[in-house]
Amino acid sequence: MEVPILKQGAVLIATFQAALSDADLNQLRMGLVQQVVKFRSRAVIVDVTAMDVMDSFASRTLREIAHMIRLRGAETVIVGIQPEVAFAMVQLGLTLEGVATALDLEEGLAYLNEKFKTTN
Amino acid sequence: MSAGEIRVAINSDQDIVAARQKGRLMANEIGFSSGDATLIATAISELARNIVSYARKGEITIKMVNGLNRRGIVVVAADEGPGIPDIRQALRDGFSTSGSLGLGLPGVRRLMDEFEITSQPGRGTIVAVKKWRQ
Repeated sequence: MEVPILKQGAVLIATFQAALSDADLNQLRMGLVQQVVKFRSRAVIVDVTAMDVMDSFASRTLREIAHMIRLRGAETVIVGIQPEVAFAMVQLGLTLEGVATALDLEEGLAYLNEKFKTTN
Repeated sequence: MSAGEIRVAINSDQDIVAARQKGRLMANEIGFSSGDATLIATAISELARNIVSYARKGEITIKMVNGLNRRGIVVVAADEGPGIPDIRQALRDGFSTSGSLGLGLPGVRRLMDEFEITSQPGRGTIVAVKKWRQ
């Protein structure tokens, strides 16, 4: 299953679907980093609103994506973690430490706008 | 209640997704809240992942259980992999031998109400977990 990556100015937006396999996640990780390089993007928003389960592999992959993108000098924001998914993640002991999160796409974009303003 | 039993063969990462989706459906049918169904689906995902990472193949069985005045779900993850030499160590947070996060088993234990594990080195591992409907 392909994850669509949308280019919106300097920001890339990747929207996760519910049933992503490990292979899909690995592919997305490579795809995102490559596109950040190609488009010289300044930020990536990963929208996980549709994800019904965030297990150890998915959250590790998200962390890796954020760290790789940071090494490229760009920013990552994870948006749309559902309340039930957040609860399960905490029970499981998973954190997204060091990764920016926002309520939804709109908040994520607002966060980035604010960030770009202060760094300019 | 033999109708309420699902078996999912676990051979690849695709099967992890299938197992947790089937588990969620079963949890919904039993009448779990969607929050609890998410906990159950997450636990199944981790158990299936353990099978793929350590044993390569195995099977997940999901079924309804009737307790005294209550209903629940039981998930059994069985494999014929290398087994776990030190279960106590494997149940400690932060322990992993496959380079994964090492949260698998203790995390699954926290997600569910009951947790049982039997493992024989060289023979395989069976993890059985239960959650009761609130």
